[in-house]
Amino acid sequence: MYTALTNRRSFIKKMALLSAMTAAATMFPGIIFASEQEEGIPNGANLDWKKAPCRFCGVGCGILVGTENGKAIAVKGDPNSAVNKGLLCVKGYHQTMCIQSKDRLTHALVKKNGQYVKTPLNEALDIVANKMKETIQKHGKDAVAMYTSGQSTIPEGYVASKLMKGAIGTNNLDCNARLCMASAVAGFLTTFGADEPMGCYEDIDHADYFITWGNNMAEMHPVLFSRMLEQKSRRGAKIIDFATRTTRSSTASDKSILFEPQTDLAVANAICYEIINNGWVNQSFVEKHCNFSKGLTNMGYGLEDNYKFNDKPQKINFEDYKKFLEDYTPEKVAKYSKVSVKDIKYLAAIYGDPNKKVVSYWCMGMNQHTRGTWINNLVYNIHLLTGKISQPGNGPFSLTGQPSACGTAREVGTFTHKLPKGVVMNEKHRRLAAKIWKVPYERIPAKPTYHATEMFRAVDRGDIKFIWTQVTNPLVSLPKTSRYRPGMEKDSCFVVVSDVFPTPTSDVADVILPASWHIEKSGLYGNSERRTQHWDKMVEGPGETTPDAWMTIEVAKRMGYGDLFPYSEENHVEEIYNEYRQFHEGAKHGMAPLEVLKKESGVIWPYVNGKSTQWRFNAKYDPACSNGEDFHFYGKPDGKAVIWQRPYEPAPESPDAAYPFWLNTGRVIEHWHTGSMTRRIPVLHKAMPSAYIEFHPEDAKALGIKNGENVKVTSRRGSCILPASINERGLPTKGQVFVPFFDENMMINDVTLDAFCPISKEPDYKKCAVKVEKV
Amino acid sequence: MPIKSYLAHPHTGKKNELIKALSVLHQCEVTPAQNKEVLILVTETENESEEESLKEKIEAIESLKLLAMVSGFNTPQNN
Repeated sequence: MYTALTNRRSFIKKMALLSAMTAAATMFPGIIFASEQEEGIPNGANLDWKKAPCRFCGVGCGILVGTENGKAIAVKGDPNSAVNKGLLCVKGYHQTMCIQSKDRLTHALVKKNGQYVKTPLNEALDIVANKMKETIQKHGKDAVAMYTSGQSTIPEGYVASKLMKGAIGTNNLDCNARLCMASAVAGFLTTFGADEPMGCYEDIDHADYFITWGNNMAEMHPVLFSRMLEQKSRRGAKIIDFATRTTRSSTASDKSILFEPQTDLAVANAICYEIINNGWVNQSFVEKHCNFSKGLTNMGYGLEDNYKFNDKPQKINFEDYKKFLEDYTPEKVAKYSKVSVKDIKYLAAIYGDPNKKVVSYWCMGMNQHTRGTWINNLVYNIHLLTGKISQPGNGPFSLTGQPSACGTAREVGTFTHKLPKGVVMNEKHRRLAAKIWKVPYERIPAKPTYHATEMFRAVDRGDIKFIWTQVTNPLVSLPKTSRYRPGMEKDSCFVVVSDVFPTPTSDVADVILPASWHIEKSGLYGNSERRTQHWDKMVEGPGETTPDAWMTIEVAKRMGYGDLFPYSEENHVEEIYNEYRQFHEGAKHGMAPLEVLKKESGVIWPYVNGKSTQWRFNAKYDPACSNGEDFHFYGKPDGKAVIWQRPYEPAPESPDAAYPFWLNTGRVIEHWHTGSMTRRIPVLHKAMPSAYIEFHPEDAKALGIKNGENVKVTSRRGSCILPASINERGLPTKGQVFVPFFDENMMINDVTLDAFCPISKEPDYKKCAVKVEKV
Repeated sequence: MPIKSYLAHPHTGKKNELIKALSVLHQCEVTPAQNKEVLILVTETENESEEESLKEKIEAIESLKLLAMVSGFNTPQNN
């Protein structure tokens, strides 16, 4: 949507317009300026428009990129995309502008005598391969690791998994989706035995109520929120925001209900108590399609190195579950959740009304939680008890943060415990992977090794001596970077960073590899609604920039695994995808052929007999259902979903006399995660140039803190200085502060805690105790 | 040479009227939101007195409810 900038005035006019667009986007959730995109295209431009998914969030909006003479000139929403129907958010409009950043990594850099030296890519890849081989020879295969991304393309994730698990024979592969989606995965697997949402975005067109659980969709999933607002205005659909902080989403919703951090567990149980107590249970659905189970409790929080936990599920019956819920009457829960009895009953009544269709949405609020798996289970309980699931407009829907957290991290399986189909612990799954990869079955280890947090702890301890990160910036995004940055700086570990721009992570690398950006390569992403999307390379990248998949293949070849990676540089994306598809053959997860993906603006899997499956587990829509009933939760051996008995347990660290505030961290609409791309897009950077710390006005007054004054926020782990923000973007509850994490100059993750959910191993960025002082 | 951007809020049901009224002023570029009752106005004038005079004209438009400035720039005359 931007033009070639011929002079300073036109640049300034464009900046003025974009500033206003960005301001409008923060004031009016879901606002769209579609016509402006067309107007921004230069007169007489002869553009070649190609489709792609957006580079940024997990919504997976379709974009059209206009190129001319090898340059990306314009971006607009793809009107053929069922996801966004031509709409885009401010990040989407401006995404290709970062390619032009002057500090782009265009060549490999190798650290020699403390200085980075520009090095031919072939030589740098030799160094990486030799170092990896040498480390394995000296210290064993579990001394090397790869840490990839929910922004890696499907082929990139696939070859990383094949290299580590199939060729080298180590499960030392994990990804940054561990930091955002692992609790959703564990929730799906424990409740349904199959990952990813059963519904799709079309639910928005049918639901009467949207209940958002700790989810600021107006800023994080703006196009979906815009679709919800449209239904609110057109059909009177209602949006209920259930959160710990008042946000743009809260103010645009019909009702905002605030709760004390961590007590979402108790409120979800109280809703279930009310549903049962009022006779709102869908008895026939529960009897036919659900089991009841409980697991271990008092699991700890993973704060110590080498922490291990395995749940021990135990079947219970409905009466046991009902008895358990007696501790969660609205009256009891109201006392510590700070949610009124009336509001708990209000929420329960919405879910309990058989004539109202309800979709629950959540993202990081529920997933980045030391009981993340449990809270995912508990929201599924609500939908299962009422039978409001797997139907248009009725269902629980876990949104993803990254554009291919589903397609790559979860489906390809770039986690330590995963394989492209199934898990390493399952012999059948290992045998399938070995067959398709053409490697000895025994080579794939049966035990997972390091999840993300433990991987960086192992680097710090010196157990991992070689790590290669791709498409991610862990030294800004990990919790407790105050430990992991010095850990990565140690000489005991050789660090390879593959990225598009310099970051605090590349600052500690021994070798920096110059990666191609999104449209400089072909690829595939998979979004939150199981939609796989393909795009073709549109422009040449600068210098020696190369797709990550191809750099992984080149290293594999240099290590002697060339026979396992027989792909061609020109067609490797297609060849890899066709190999990968074999893992998911069948009605439960069939992927569309590449020819279809090239034509369509995305296709939802399971793709069966030429059709997407929009609602899984419902026999009316899902051809994989085979039990002769209306619903079939075929992920579980007996075809039944599980209603879990999961209690409320407190957070590992709560405010006390020394550290009296809750710290909550998150994102803002202008920036994508650690800001390495969006901070290089002038209009977005100008709109939100630095991080800040939000206060409740009464807390700020008590502390004598005024807007814009510098404040030091300190935890038991570290500190960070930021300007105060009072009554601006968001409003925390009293006793809570909020800080966005996009700003590498204000490292709030030096302050956060690396506690995680013992089942999913996903860290909790939303709750730790801090003190604040004016500086 | 001031360049300024504003969010212009129309009175209820008057968005199209406001777009038309602003579009006839040659110093104004209007970008309406597709799905909200608001539009972006970018003004470019030769000097501050022209800017002030333009602002008076804009504020006299009946369909305009509120004009909120977002950003303002001054560029050298020779650009």
